[in-house]
Amino acid sequence: MSGTPIQAVAIGASAGAVQALLAILPALPASFSLPVLVVVHVPPDRSNMLVPLFQSKCRIKVKEAEDKEPVENGVAYFAPSDYHMLVETDGCVALSTDEPVNYSRPSIDVLFESAADYYGSALAGVILTGANHDGAAGLKAVADVGGVAIVENPDGAYASAMPTAALEATPSARIMSHDQIVFFLSSLGTAR
Amino acid sequence: MSEIEDLEIQLLLEALFQRYHYDFRHYARASIKRRLIQARLHLGFATISAMQDRVLHDASMLPRLLDFLTVQVSEMFRDPTYFKALREKVLPHLRTYPSLKIWIAGSSTGEEVYSLAILFKEEGLYDRTIFYATDINPEALAAAEAGVYTIDRIRKFTENHQKSGGKSSLSDYYTAAYGRAAFDKSLRDRVVFSDHSLVTDAVFAEMHLISCRNVMIYFDRPLQDRAIGLFRDSLTRKGFLGLGSKESLRFSSHAGAFTDFVPGEKIYQRREP
Repeated sequence: MSGTPIQAVAIGASAGAVQALLAILPALPASFSLPVLVVVHVPPDRSNMLVPLFQSKCRIKVKEAEDKEPVENGVAYFAPSDYHMLVETDGCVALSTDEPVNYSRPSIDVLFESAADYYGSALAGVILTGANHDGAAGLKAVADVGGVAIVENPDGAYASAMPTAALEATPSARIMSHDQIVFFLSSLGTAR
Repeated sequence: MSEIEDLEIQLLLEALFQRYHYDFRHYARASIKRRLIQARLHLGFATISAMQDRVLHDASMLPRLLDFLTVQVSEMFRDPTYFKALREKVLPHLRTYPSLKIWIAGSSTGEEVYSLAILFKEEGLYDRTIFYATDINPEALAAAEAGVYTIDRIRKFTENHQKSGGKSSLSDYYTAAYGRAAFDKSLRDRVVFSDHSLVTDAVFAEMHLISCRNVMIYFDRPLQDRAIGLFRDSLTRKGFLGLGSKESLRFSSHAGAFTDFVPGEKIYQRREP
């Protein structure tokens, strides 16, 4: 595997996100030791119901990201609806109301590109199911800095457009099923 | 590559400050970087340094760059529950004053200014209020003062207005023509539009309510702290401060100067000194 130990995981998902994330996040062990930054496309007007849902299902801590909050290990941060979530240059999460990217706010590209900037090769980026191409440029940014690029197998995905676009942008990305993603992440975050 | 670009960004921000006194050095860097890269692509420069060279020598480039660095597209009555909370919880207090001063800090293209003006009209407080709408971007201020928005945005504005507990019809306040909605000048005859920077400028009046939403999320923590200190010093005793729905005073050293007045809506009240 890559030389740098992974320090953070970024996950992006759109159509079919809830089922995909339910297969992954609750399966992570309580001892999981990396921060997980999650962008899910949700309609802007709806209050984000994902956080309470995943809080009730996960063994790791789950919360909605707050502006300028230091990123802690073993915590999953969800982007609030209608805000972009970024990793700041001091390692805090930051929010922004900049205009939508790929018609999306939060946008997966915005998270992944800023996280790639901060974590470099110590970042693992995961693109899950979705019906658009957000995240493709972001995953490429992760791969370009030497991070680990992972894409849900489009054949098994609820919506294949997003993983397919990510693979087109980053052909070297590893293709995995939900179970393989769980296994891979667990091995990153609990080995030490 | 990225390290060189980070250095170029740092140098450009320093150049903007030294040459034009626009200080973005303590803006949250990740967002600034995105915006500068967008500006570079749109304006057709090969590097950030090339863009810096141009803006240093050609002042006409400044407004174009400022557009990328500052302009925020908002909505009227964005986060309707915030305006509902102002209407139901804050205005009853403001009503007890014979005259009022309200500051919309970072007013951008004016959506929130008109929202508050309409709210105050509906509640019968407009005529005793002076509104200060401030921003660092002169073009945004001009747009705010013009109060003209494309008609496709009106549906959302109207929906928000209704959800905020609006007592009138939004269409009472604008005239639509040629794909645009022009808001009535009676909504701005008590508004002072002015250039003011939360980064470098000081207190200019004693306010009863300051609304500054989704402005400070673009600041780093020390700058957030400066702005909140400025708000504290600008508020009358028991005056109100409204922030964006994902902003808070929690991490600020001035948190103790405020009470959480409407917790879910990020409306704070200045404690008695």
